[in-house]
Amino acid sequence: MHELSLCDDLLGQVIAIAADNKAQAVASITVQCGPLSGVEPLLLDSAFAMVKVGTIAEQAELIIQSAPVIVQCQRCGEQSEASANHLICTACNSPDTLLISGNQLILASIGLDCAV
Amino acid sequence: MCNTCGCTITPGNRPLVLAETPKHGVTTVTVLQNLLSQNNHQADHNRAHFDAHQVLVINLMSSPGSGKTALLEATIKRLRDSLSIAVIEGDLETENDAQRIRAQGVPAYQITTGTACHLDAHLVHQALHHLSLENLDLVFIENVGNLVCPASFDLGHHRNVVLLSVTEGDDKPAKYPVMFRAADLLLISKTDLLPFLDDFSVEKAEQNQHNLANTAPVLAISAKDGAGLDAWIAWLHAEIAQHKARLQNQQTTQPKVHQDTGLPSVAEVKPKFYPVSKPAAPR
Repeated sequence: MHELSLCDDLLGQVIAIAADNKAQAVASITVQCGPLSGVEPLLLDSAFAMVKVGTIAEQAELIIQSAPVIVQCQRCGEQSEASANHLICTACNSPDTLLISGNQLILASIGLDCAV
Repeated sequence: MCNTCGCTITPGNRPLVLAETPKHGVTTVTVLQNLLSQNNHQADHNRAHFDAHQVLVINLMSSPGSGKTALLEATIKRLRDSLSIAVIEGDLETENDAQRIRAQGVPAYQITTGTACHLDAHLVHQALHHLSLENLDLVFIENVGNLVCPASFDLGHHRNVVLLSVTEGDDKPAKYPVMFRAADLLLISKTDLLPFLDDFSVEKAEQNQHNLANTAPVLAISAKDGAGLDAWIAWLHAEIAQHKARLQNQQTTQPKVHQDTGLPSVAEVKPKFYPVSKPAAPR
C-alpha cells in the first residue's frame, strides 16, 4: 500500500499550491500515472479518499490519467508505442531504447476554487 | 525542473496539458511536479551524505526468500578482510536478518517497517543516525522482500541489485517490469537448486529481462555452493572503483530507476555535505 504514502506527498503539494493561490477549496486534482510508475490507479484513488478528509481538498475530485508507454530507439531512431514488459525497439529489436513516456507519476494540474 | 518554460512537458503529458479548458469559477494551475518529489529530495540528501564518506551503497531487492541475506553472509565472508562493510536491513518485523549479519562481524542496523511494504528515503535517513559511515567502503541496504513497491523509491543509494531465485520462475521480469527494469545487476540466485527444477531456464529469464530494454549484466550465483560468487565480487570491486573515480570528478552514481523519473531531470550533482548525525568535518 505505498499509494497511501504517495498521497501524503500529493496532498502536501496540493495544499501548498492552494495556499499560494489563496484558494478557498480545491475542485479537482489531475494526476498522470503511467503503467511503469509502479502505482495502481485504483489504490491511489481509495488512498486519496482517506487522506483528503478534513483538508482543503476534501471535496476535490481526483482525476487519474494513464499515459502511453513510448520508447525511442537510440539505434534506428524509431519512436514506438510499447507494452510495459516489452520495451525493446519494435522496428530493429535493439534494447538500446529510451523510455520517453510510461513511468510518469506526476501531479499535472489542480483546479482551484478562488471565487469570492 | 522550473515549472515556467515548459521543460517539464513531455510527449507523454503534452496532450494532458493542452486539453485543459477553463471552467467557471475554477482556476486551473498546471503543476507538473513529480509525486515522489519529497522522497527524491531526501534521497538526494542521503546520497550526498554517502558521497561525503566515499561509500558505495547498494540497494538489494527481491521477493521474500530469494536469498538476499544468505548472499550478504557469503559476500561478507569473502570481503571482510579487504573491505569495510555495513548493512541496513529492512523487514516488517524481527531483528533476525540484522543478527545474522552481525554474526559475520559487520555492523548492521535493522529498520522494522511495521506494515510498510518498502523502505523509503526517510527511513534510510533515520537509520543513518544509528550507523557510522566513517571509514566504510560499502553499504548494503537489504530492502523489504517485495517485487513491487521498493522499485518506486530512491533511497539515495548508487546501484540496484535485484535477485531472482530459480524457484520463483523465469517469467518474473515479464510479470514485474517496474522492478526488473530498475536492475543495475540481475542475480539469478540459488542455482544449486537448478538440478531439481525442470521449469526454470536461465536463458528465458535473461530474455525476459532483455525484453525490458535493460542491458544490465546478469549473473547466476549460489550463495550455498559459491558458484558465480567470484563474478559478483568482481562486479562489486569494479563498481566501488568506478564510484570513487566519479567522486574524484565531483560526480555521483545514480541507480537506474532514478535516471528517468518521468520528468526531465535538471538536477546537478552537489558534492555538498549534509550532516546527519554529526557536524560536518571540514573537507
